[in-house]
Amino acid sequence: MSRAEADVATGTDAGAGAPAAGAGPAAETPGTPEGSGTPTASRTARALWSLGLFRGELRIVFRRWRTAALLGVLAAIPVLVGIAVKFQTRGDRQGAGDGPAFIADVTNNGLFLVFTSLAVTLPFFLPMAVGVVAGDSVAGEANAGTLRYLLVAPAGRTRLLLTKYATVLVFCGVATLVVALAALATGAALFPFGDVTLISGQTVSLGDGLLRALAIAGVVAVSLVGIAALGLFVSTLTDSAIAAMATTVGVLLTVQILGAVPQLHAVQPYLFPHYWMSFADLLRAPAIGSAIARNAGLQALYAAVFVSAAWARLTTRDVTA
Amino acid sequence: MDGPPAPAIDTRGLTKRFRGGQFAVRGLDLTVPRGSVFGFLGPNGSGKTTTIRMLLGLIEPTSGGARVLGEPMPRAARQVLPRVGALIEGPALYGFLTGRENLLRYDAADPTADPATRTARVGAALERVGLGAASAKKARVYSLGMKQRLGLARALLRPRELLVLDEPTNGLDPQGMREIRTLVREVAAEGTTVFLSSHLLDEIEQVCTHAAVMSRGELVVQGEVAELSAGARGRLAVTTPDVADAVRVLKEHGLTDVGADADRVTGELPQPAADVAELNAALVAAGVRVRAFGTERASLEDAFVALTGEGFDVAG
Ligand SMILES: Nc1ncnc2c1ncn2[C@@H]1O[C@H](COP(=O)(O)OP(=O)(O)OP(=O)(O)O)[C@@H](O)[C@H]1O
Ligand SMILES: [Mg+2]
Repeated sequence: MSRAEADVATGTDAGAGAPAAGAGPAAETPGTPEGSGTPTASRTARALWSLGLFRGELRIVFRRWRTAALLGVLAAIPVLVGIAVKFQTRGDRQGAGDGPAFIADVTNNGLFLVFTSLAVTLPFFLPMAVGVVAGDSVAGEANAGTLRYLLVAPAGRTRLLLTKYATVLVFCGVATLVVALAALATGAALFPFGDVTLISGQTVSLGDGLLRALAIAGVVAVSLVGIAALGLFVSTLTDSAIAAMATTVGVLLTVQILGAVPQLHAVQPYLFPHYWMSFADLLRAPAIGSAIARNAGLQALYAAVFVSAAWARLTTRDVTA
Repeated sequence: MDGPPAPAIDTRGLTKRFRGGQFAVRGLDLTVPRGSVFGFLGPNGSGKTTTIRMLLGLIEPTSGGARVLGEPMPRAARQVLPRVGALIEGPALYGFLTGRENLLRYDAADPTADPATRTARVGAALERVGLGAASAKKARVYSLGMKQRLGLARALLRPRELLVLDEPTNGLDPQGMREIRTLVREVAAEGTTVFLSSHLLDEIEQVCTHAAVMSRGELVVQGEVAELSAGARGRLAVTTPDVADAVRVLKEHGLTDVGADADRVTGELPQPAADVAELNAALVAAGVRVRAFGTERASLEDAFVALTGEGFDVAG
């Protein structure tokens, strides 16, 4: 227990206590010619303490070739769907009733490709990409040995974990936007754009439709918050980045399969993907918010549980890699 | 806070037992005086890196405790660690970032490091380890020695009170080793305490003022290097045609482990050291014809062997 407490103190205070660390020991340091000892400098350092680490995190995630590949695959999906729809409707119109949500509307209005693409990528591709990035977040650093140097910098275990989670959340947003923008561009190139006929039957202007698309992208990004936290937690359990990524994706697949087994309907409302398709409610007038709110609540619950678990693990763990 | 400053490192009964394993470090009482260059010696697997990880708060001791720069670790990690530069079991780098970007990343992880001086400090650290020209290369393509240098540059990002270097010359060429020794002396001259682990005895002998020897997780001895090597007895070597007489005389004068081959007699000098001139006179007085006569000074390696009674081998 004492270990947990000691590390908790170390971690939690890294932010709140930074003033003491900045002004105290640095000022006492014999032979500190550079600015870190002066009050002004340490105040600036304090203001920017989290920003610097956060920027560094963003850089190591988005400068990586693997991230570019993931985003590239995500961007390719709407293009492929768009081409497939275009090609198929030229031939025969038989399949128009089947397939992913909204796919039948795409030929009339390219904007529907955004909704279709998000509906296609949300069950697997998007959460898989998030699982890879989240699973790698801590385990990848442990794997490379860079974790020990971040900790002796000292980044602070809590501060590092929260920064990493924030970075994964940024990735959730970016990944969703990539899908939405690729779909928008493909839709505009291949299909006509115009007024949007909602699920509930009303017709709204294209501008209104675009706003709804943006809101839907937001809801989709929020849907990924739970799997992001889960991946972060798995990432603190092992020193192997591959194992962490594989486990996270494995959990996702398992949960998706459980969600499709009718006999398990009692537990299904507690599975994180349960309300994922609620975003379609934004295509009604008036928009129905209850399922969307329940989705957000469930994601927040998963985030709270798994970020706490990740914190408990990382702050008490021996870093031997 | 007045009076003599607290030791740079002070451990009491520091012990680490990994899950289900034997003791990696056991009952370590180590005191590293401020301003010393402290060599932490021991064969592979003797617990050097494990000790360093505990000192830096990376792993929790099973029992016992450590104070670094006067503060308890790991409780005071955030006050202590910004004043400590470290190289632990080799450098770890982001291969897809350049050398310079690596240092920027690590410096940003320190909440007390001033972002305004970051670029300048990174540049200075790179110059200091001789990586100025290679700073724009991706770390992936660095050679082992270049990576090691970059790791040292990270330890030197800020002026430190304590530098903890775990086998810093690992992977360096002889020129690089010399440069590291120079660097260590330079840093020490600025008042930084240097704690240096190594299994290269002569490296320790060349730069360190103090040393400690670990064996199988336990501390065998610690003290000033001069004292440690003085503790080991030197050997006397005599070349003579009168081997039998020489052996007898030397034994009478308290030499131990006396051996002879062809025309050479060697033996371990007694402690406290006898006056070798007297020994020579005694040999001559006994009618031993002496062709050559000399002592071989004890090295730290002799000291180590004398202390542990074993070679410098990995314990199972
Ligand atoms: N994570 C770990 N889990 C279990 N045992 C470990 C772990 N790390 C180290 N050990 C054990 O602890 C002992 C000391 O290891 P340590 O790395 O401290 O040695 P060292 O003195 O640094 O050796 P070297 O000179 O090879 O670097 C060894 O017996 C090793 O097997
Ligand atoms: Mg080691």
